[in-house]
Amino acid sequence: MTNSRFPANRTPEIGAIFPRDRNWHPPALTPAYKTSVLRSPRRPLLSLDNTLSELTGPVFGHSILGELDNDLIHNFAGPGESAIGPRILVYGRLLDERGIGIAGALLEVWQANAGGRYRHKKETYLAPLDPNFGGCGRTITGEDGSYCFRTIQPGPYPWPNGPNDWRPAHIHFSIFGHGFAQRLITQMYFEGDPMIWRCPIVRTINDRRAIEGLTAALDMEATIPMDARAYKFDIVLRGRRSTLFENRIEGN
Amino acid sequence: MVQALGRLKESASQTAGPYVHIGLTPNFAGISGVYERDLGTAMVSDKTRGERIRVNIRVIDGAGSPLKDALVEIWQADAAGIYNAPSDLRGSADPNFTGWGRLPTDMTTGECLFETIKPGRVPFFDGRMMAPHLTVWIVARGINIGLHTRMYFSDEETANAEDPVLMRIEQRERVSTLVAPRDGDIYKFDIHLQGINETVFFDI
Ligand SMILES: [Fe+3]
Repeated sequence: MTNSRFPANRTPEIGAIFPRDRNWHPPALTPAYKTSVLRSPRRPLLSLDNTLSELTGPVFGHSILGELDNDLIHNFAGPGESAIGPRILVYGRLLDERGIGIAGALLEVWQANAGGRYRHKKETYLAPLDPNFGGCGRTITGEDGSYCFRTIQPGPYPWPNGPNDWRPAHIHFSIFGHGFAQRLITQMYFEGDPMIWRCPIVRTINDRRAIEGLTAALDMEATIPMDARAYKFDIVLRGRRSTLFENRIEGN
Repeated sequence: MVQALGRLKESASQTAGPYVHIGLTPNFAGISGVYERDLGTAMVSDKTRGERIRVNIRVIDGAGSPLKDALVEIWQADAAGIYNAPSDLRGSADPNFTGWGRLPTDMTTGECLFETIKPGRVPFFDGRMMAPHLTVWIVARGINIGLHTRMYFSDEETANAEDPVLMRIEQRERVSTLVAPRDGDIYKFDIHLQGINETVFFDI
C-alpha cells in the first residue's frame, strides 16, 4: 500500500465522519425479507465517536488491477469470445455527502448473467450458465471520483422467500471510502424496471427517495453507438467534517 | 428562504446476498482466472513485524447456527499501533502489513481463520489509549446493513479494563461479548447476532 493517491498538494482528511441516518437505511429486522429475522441484532447499537480505528481505512493501489478487471464482458471469456446479453456501460462518480469526489477508492461489483443465473455452487436456478461470463469486476475511482465498467445487463431471477418472489435486475456494489466507517455494500437497479417495487429486499428500505437513489438512469448520450447503452450510477458515501481551522484537534 | 446546504444522502445499504463471494472472493467461489488472488486473504509475510496470531471467527444466528455464507473483514493497526493509512498522521506503518483482511466463512463449518499479528495500542480521540483490538465488519444474506463490532484480546486484561470504548458499555456483562479467549496462538471470536449473548455492535 502506498500514499500515492494523495498528490503532494493534498493532505489526507482526518475529520470525523458524519453520523449515519439509520432511518434512510433499511432496519436490521425486516420480516418480509425472511432471512433477516434470525440475522438481525435486536439490541440498540452502541454509538461510538470516531476514533482512528474508524477514520482510517485500507488503501488499494492500481497495481492490484488487471487490464480486464472492469470489463465483465471479456474478463472471464475465452479468447475471441464475449459474454451474451445486452451490452452496457455503467459509469458515474463516487461522492461523499458533501458532494466531493472520492479518489482512489476500490469499487467491486458482482452480478448474475443475462439469464439471471449466478456462477456459484449454491445457485440452483434453472437458467443456464454463460461459459463466457464470470460475474465479477472491479475498478479504482479516478481523481474526481469517477469510474466506469463494461458489462451485460443481468436478468431478473426468482429466489426462495415468498412463493413467487423475483429480484429485479441488479448489480451488487462493494465500496471502500477512505475511512473504514464508510464501508458500504449496496445494489444498483435499472431505470424503468417494474420488478423494483415488488422486491422484498428493495422494500427493506422505507424511503422511496432512497430507492430512487439506487436506480441508475439510462443515458443515451453516453452510449457507444452500435455497441453498448449506458447507465449512470452515482454512489454516495458518508461525508466527513472539514478541518476548517488548523488548530482544531483531530476529530473536531 | 435560506441557502441550501446541498448535502447528499448516503446511498442506502442493501444486503450482500448469498453470492457475495462472486464479487469479493471469486477464487473461493470457484471463479478462477479473473483475479490472480482474492484480496485480503494473506495479511502477513515473513517480513511483517509483531507477534503472529490466528483469529478464528464465527457468526452465529438467532437459532444458534453459524452462518456459512457470511463475509468478514478486519481492520487493525500494526504491532506499533499505527494504521497503514494516509489519514494516520502519527508515523509510518509497517510497510509489510496492510492491516486489512477479508475472508468468507467456510461453507461447511461456518468458520474463518485470519492469520495476522497482534496490534499495538491506538489512542482514543481524547488521547487515552485504547486496548489492542480489531475492527470487524460483517455482511451476509439477511444482513441489511454491514455490522461493525470490535474484537479485544483476553490476555490484555489491564488494557481492556481501561479501554474507553469498553468502558462505555452500560451492561457490564456484555463486555465479554467483545473479548476473544486465547487458546495457544488462536483467539476464538464468536459473534452472536441475537440472543442472550448478542454481541455489542456499534453505530460508528
Ligand atoms: Fe443478486
